[in-house]
Amino acid sequence: MEALSWIEIFLGMLTQLGPVWISLVVLFVVSMRYKQSLGLYGKLFDSVIGLIGFFIVMFWVFTGFFSGAMDWIITQDPLAQFSGMKNKIPGTTLRGAEDGDYEHFLLGGDHLARDVFSRVIAGSTIVIVIAPLATLFAFMVGITLGVPAGYYGGRLDTTISFVANLILAFPVILLFYLLVTPEIRLTGLPQYMAIILFAFPLIFYSVLINSRYHIVPVKRTLLLGSGLAVLGMLYISLINESGSKVDLFTVIDLFDVDAGLLTVFVSVVFVNSPTVFRIVRGLTMDIKTRDYVAAAQTRGEGAWYIMLWEILPNARGPLIVDFCLRIGYTTILLGTLGFFGLGLSPEDPNWGATINDGRKLLSIYPHAALVPSFALLSLVLGLNLLADGLREESLKD
Amino acid sequence: MGLFILRRLVIMVFTALCLTFVVFFLTNLYPNLEKLAKTQGNFRMSDEAVQSYLLNRGYLLPVPVKYGQWLGVLPGYVIEGSDGELRGRCISSGMQPDEAPKFCGIFQGNWGYSTRFKDNVSGIIGTRLGLTGVLMMWVMALMVPSALVLGILAGMREGSKTDRSLSTVAILTTATPEYVSGVILISVFASSAVGLKWFKGTATSAMENPNLENFLLPVLTIAIYGMGYIARMTRASMAEVMTAQYIRTARLKGVSFPNVVLKHALRNALIAPFTVIMLQFPWLLNGVVIVETLFNYKGFGWVLVQAAGNNDIELLLGVSVVSVVVVLITQLISDIGYVYLNPRISVT
Repeated sequence: MEALSWIEIFLGMLTQLGPVWISLVVLFVVSMRYKQSLGLYGKLFDSVIGLIGFFIVMFWVFTGFFSGAMDWIITQDPLAQFSGMKNKIPGTTLRGAEDGDYEHFLLGGDHLARDVFSRVIAGSTIVIVIAPLATLFAFMVGITLGVPAGYYGGRLDTTISFVANLILAFPVILLFYLLVTPEIRLTGLPQYMAIILFAFPLIFYSVLINSRYHIVPVKRTLLLGSGLAVLGMLYISLINESGSKVDLFTVIDLFDVDAGLLTVFVSVVFVNSPTVFRIVRGLTMDIKTRDYVAAAQTRGEGAWYIMLWEILPNARGPLIVDFCLRIGYTTILLGTLGFFGLGLSPEDPNWGATINDGRKLLSIYPHAALVPSFALLSLVLGLNLLADGLREESLKD
Repeated sequence: MGLFILRRLVIMVFTALCLTFVVFFLTNLYPNLEKLAKTQGNFRMSDEAVQSYLLNRGYLLPVPVKYGQWLGVLPGYVIEGSDGELRGRCISSGMQPDEAPKFCGIFQGNWGYSTRFKDNVSGIIGTRLGLTGVLMMWVMALMVPSALVLGILAGMREGSKTDRSLSTVAILTTATPEYVSGVILISVFASSAVGLKWFKGTATSAMENPNLENFLLPVLTIAIYGMGYIARMTRASMAEVMTAQYIRTARLKGVSFPNVVLKHALRNALIAPFTVIMLQFPWLLNGVVIVETLFNYKGFGWVLVQAAGNNDIELLLGVSVVSVVVVLITQLISDIGYVYLNPRISVT
């Protein structure tokens, strides 16, 4: 077997990504067919920019899903080192390949003779799981604190705003260096922060349901009970880890999260929350002067009902747009953490760490750093384009 | 106005105190101190040796006390160690214990001693900040004008082809973090295997002698990421001004389009970008840390990484004081400037 030419490499990647293309085609055909009845999501298909953005984002979502859950697409083991493949250029034939092995390194080998293509694909899984989840948690924290701060104002607002500004005045990298180290992990601090930050979705859910259904006690109790049971289980499994400082609920600990991953997750949520808080607070202050809020107040609705069922739904446009942008920003933050070697294990194929590994030999073998760079760039670009398209479409009505 | 600035200054000092206390608390957690002791002493120290090392040097005092000593509001510790040697916070080497001053903290102008560089913190921060200042200056000189031009050209005729393509460029640059653009720029312009070899991939030589060859890539890398954001703000602000009644009036009375843009629209359109540019400083600091690591330029960001990586407590505190003060001052300037530029807003 000889080395592949650029066209063959290109075709090879196209075939490897086959399941992704099929899913994308199905998704787009179905969405186009029913776009009239799909609300804002359907309208997205009228904007070219939004469409391109959505395409790129869904490409990475499917790639991450198929490689993470099904073990498709990946050609070689992303952690394994292959002898004789160190710093090989793209398209090199795998030496000593046996039957059933993929015979080439499509995008070459890195400085430890691992397959660059497989590592980039494997790295996408962690990004498409962590970035949206962390953003979602940051939004829960920001909304739960921002809506009352904007609605009540006064001393509550002053206090929370001061704390938010305090966190924002910190240079992000300094904060990461202080929070995401193995030494800090020993003190259990990330887990204590997780206990506080991860409680916000529970609080949010309880207040949301209670403010609406407290007049129908049976329904309220049913919804609250079942919802909190599921969320509570997840909450306890997330914060509890055997052998660490927080190890109380061994009985209902469903799964263990890697300690490094938890630390990364917590600090990314922590850094994002104050900005979300400020946006939500500003939107609430704007919306609370509207007539429908005054009407609800005259009707005698409770304060939390007005906040969560009158104000919040009317702030959804800007919040959805910011959610997309913020996932992109979180992706950049995750890359920064990886770039400085903080948090995850050095073996882990996340994009930031791969870029950092590759940059040392950048002037001789640029492919090892360039491939993850373009992967990260394309995902963030896709999210920004998607946000732009959503903004354009939501402004139309 | 004076009262406003005074109030902001008080909040600023309070914020700085809170933040330094947080840094102080985190760096003084026991596992961090243990790491410090092991890097300073040796890596195979026993637990007792670590204990006595820390005890002799005053690291195991209560955190508020240590913080007070660092600030200079509490007298520095004087401890007779388990090895018989008398050590004090204010006793520098070669000084008699009874000659040493009682207080030595930030308020006395003593920023402490760096365990990583074996040097005074104020000296290190001074030189490194100077180097980063040069970098920042060039970044600003490149980023601000090009972002403003980009934004004004795009916002002047909203929805036109120029607007669409320039806005896409702006989105592209905001999607390119420094570690991505830096890697791409180096491989295109500096790589010895496949690149153009126009510039150098490291900026180490730029510390003494910055020139186009060794300094353009780092400056460009930081500028690209910040540029898109400012450009989009300028565009939005420009597009809004261009729909205003007085612009239409000016057009109707026959003023030419370039004149409308330059003489009527520009000043009002620049209010929003001004605050954004000021608020970009904290973000630039991030970029500086990444770029200085990537290009091996030993400035302020590089010191931050070194101090944090080695748990160099007093250097890290110095670094955080400087960066927090920079952030807060730029916020203050942005608020004051906003009021000056926009007569409709008053602070009182």
